[in-house]
Amino acid sequence: MAALVAKDLRLESRRRETIAGVLVFVLLVLTLFLFALDLAPGEARRLAAGVLWITLLFAGLLALGRTFAAERDQGTLDGLLLAPLDRSALYLAKVVATVVFMGLVEIVALPIFAAVFDAPMLTPGVVFTVALGTVGFAAAGTLFAALAAQTRARDVLLPLLLLPLLAPLLVAAARATDDLLAGAATPTSAPWWELLIGLTVLFLGTAVLLFDTLVEE
Amino acid sequence: MNVYRSVETTAALPEVGQRERESSSHQDRGALLADPWFRVPFALTVVAMVAALYAIFVYAPPERVMGDVQRIMYVHVSLAWLSYLAFFVVFVCSVAYLWRRDERWDAAARASAEIGVVLTTLFIISGSLWGRPVWGTWWTWDPRLTTTAILWFIYVAYLMLRAYVPEVPRAARYAAVLGIVGFVDVPIVHMSVTWWRALHPEPTVVRPEGPLMPSEMVVALVLASVAFGLLYVTLMVVRVRLERLKDEVRYLQQELSLRGE
Repeated sequence: MAALVAKDLRLESRRRETIAGVLVFVLLVLTLFLFALDLAPGEARRLAAGVLWITLLFAGLLALGRTFAAERDQGTLDGLLLAPLDRSALYLAKVVATVVFMGLVEIVALPIFAAVFDAPMLTPGVVFTVALGTVGFAAAGTLFAALAAQTRARDVLLPLLLLPLLAPLLVAAARATDDLLAGAATPTSAPWWELLIGLTVLFLGTAVLLFDTLVEE
Repeated sequence: MNVYRSVETTAALPEVGQRERESSSHQDRGALLADPWFRVPFALTVVAMVAALYAIFVYAPPERVMGDVQRIMYVHVSLAWLSYLAFFVVFVCSVAYLWRRDERWDAAARASAEIGVVLTTLFIISGSLWGRPVWGTWWTWDPRLTTTAILWFIYVAYLMLRAYVPEVPRAARYAAVLGIVGFVDVPIVHMSVTWWRALHPEPTVVRPEGPLMPSEMVVALVLASVAFGLLYVTLMVVRVRLERLKDEVRYLQQELSLRGE
């Protein structure tokens, strides 16, 4: 499995334009939000959590579209499926690769968000929330990216399938971030971290059980 | 397989259909009205619907504060129970399909998802019609409304997925995955939005201390639920049969195009 993760990451590092592309996309969406919302200085912080998570979600969709595209275009998925390894290892490797990929984007994006919104986004709490949200997103996203990759109109289908299922993730991650930006050490309005962890475990569990049926044949 | 061929082969289909009919093995497949599996639930639905209408509009008293508007509740609550039931059926059939790989389970999941989306749409509309005079708004981000909206999106996506993947065994597997993950996700959606917002009337029927409304109202609600439940069964019978016929047409087409080679 480590080899699979390494393979995906090596491929991505050789094509640096993908990660740069997603990063530029994040900054572009942020800029467009600021144009569209036209915030007064005091209002910015109240919207910071929401803008951060919507941006990360869209960027994540862009990244997910890539995870299976290369495998499909070059026919390497068949090779991987023929390899004597557990299918769920293939899924978990893709999840890890997506988390690392998104993590690299977030490392650059978070300080920029912190500066633009003048909000304390580089605290351990916020970083922890972003990490939890990213893992949950990758867990559900990889399953449905694998599914959508094999259909026509995959670019339309992936967000349609994924976003309603990720509604709780968005609520939990954005509310938790909002609580933390207001100065709390841990989320105060509800046990959001626990919900994020539970959601991630649930997605990972069902995906490991069901991934097999998606890639058979 | 032979997607491109299906156009030319459809012309040859009636002839094959005719031969089948002459051999009489499938004679009654198309005759819906002759089928007791359709006739019995259909007749019961009609009777129950009439009884429910009488109970809702005549038998049950008007609510003291809300007046006649409250009568929407009987339909609304019945639709709510039924749409959850429909999606639960999708979940069960999806699991059964992945386990047994029998196309009948998939046909049932397909049919139930479609009926569930229609019921949920009506459920949301009836709630809006009630919410406007009582709450003064068509829509609020109350937990239950929000959960229902998300539920609607998930199963609309389910139908879209089926529309985008034409090859049936593959579509069935993908849809089953979504049918399972989607249903498992619903309690979490509900939990998250409950913590997020908490305006909807509290449950007044299913409570440990017994129902909070007069017994005439309970009778009307139970009758309405039974009527909609029977309607669901009738629709399922029709839809599953239609899906099975579609499957059969597809097999015949494939067979024909293979024979044509």
